Amino acid sequence: MNPVTFFIYLAVMAGTTYLVRMIPFVLFRRKLKNRRLIAFFEFIPYTVLAAMTLPAMLFSTGNIYSAIAGFIAAMIFSILEKSLLTVAIATCLATLAVELVFKFGGF
Amino acid sequence: MSNKPSTDKNTFRQGILDGIPIALGYLSVSFSFGILAVTSGLTLWQAVLVSLFNLTSAGQVAGLSIMTASGGLIEMAVSQLIINLRYGLMSISLSQKTDKTVTVPARFFLAYGITDEIFGVAAGVDHPIGRRYHLGLMLLPIAGWTLGTFIGAALGAVFPEFLSNALAIGIYGMFVSIVVPKAKHNRGILICVLIAVSISALFYFEPHLSSVISGGFATIIAAIIAAAVGAAFFPKDKEEDAA
Repeated sequence: MNPVTFFIYLAVMAGTTYLVRMIPFVLFRRKLKNRRLIAFFEFIPYTVLAAMTLPAMLFSTGNIYSAIAGFIAAMIFSILEKSLLTVAIATCLATLAVELVFKFGGF
Repeated sequence: MSNKPSTDKNTFRQGILDGIPIALGYLSVSFSFGILAVTSGLTLWQAVLVSLFNLTSAGQVAGLSIMTASGGLIEMAVSQLIINLRYGLMSISLSQKTDKTVTVPARFFLAYGITDEIFGVAAGVDHPIGRRYHLGLMLLPIAGWTLGTFIGAALGAVFPEFLSNALAIGIYGMFVSIVVPKAKHNRGILICVLIAVSISALFYFEPHLSSVISGGFATIIAAIIAAAVGAAFFPKDKEEDAA
């Protein structure tokens, strides 16, 4: 990526991320009381991750079949509550297996 | 400066020790980010700088996709604001556990190191958080996060495409492994997540919406609507009863 464009993006990205952390840490000291607001903040990380993962994950390899294989592996190992690293390795291996079939399997 | 009496665990050394497991975990996640970053079009050093200055997985993946899609700067700022909003809440929470050594100037620097895992450890220890402990706690995770990105980006640049593809999807696998076990045990999170995925898919596949709304904003809108619906139906206390 063009260095100038990159650094503008990086400045906005890192600046916003820093301010989100810094401003409340410096200014606010009181606890949230509103039960719905607390729930909203509790849910946000998961809804963000979910919306980022699907459907983008299925198109992340350029081959929907290898990506679906990775997604299925990720779901199975996550439902079994395996560790983060185990799930990531299973995802990669399942994707790799299908990529190899397409590359060397004569498709 | 008058220090609050604190136990001998509130030290720089103990912070470093407590940061080791976080740093090791970060190596693998940021390795995946490094691969994804170079396969998306960033250079090795650009990938490393993104990790060093942002120190957040979900925000970086979203930011990366906005960069590589030539998205707008407002879109970039809003996406980082929403995705990283939870750090603001953690900052407020952590503020209540810090001792007097965490002065305002110290906060300007220490705030940079508030991540899910660093906050989790700091919130869990049974002593107040001093600035030396906090500094020690964040140093190795920052190093691990940056180094992992470097290794991933370096290998991603030389691996053949099919191998990089298979490794780049790993970070999404990690996201699945964060969400699914939580959703399995918490009905509020499960319903929120299903709503978020449905809206995200709608934005992706519906031709009019996908031509007007870019990926970064689609994520934000999906995440906010889903979390708001979830908060309306599963406010904190009741949600714990249901879980």
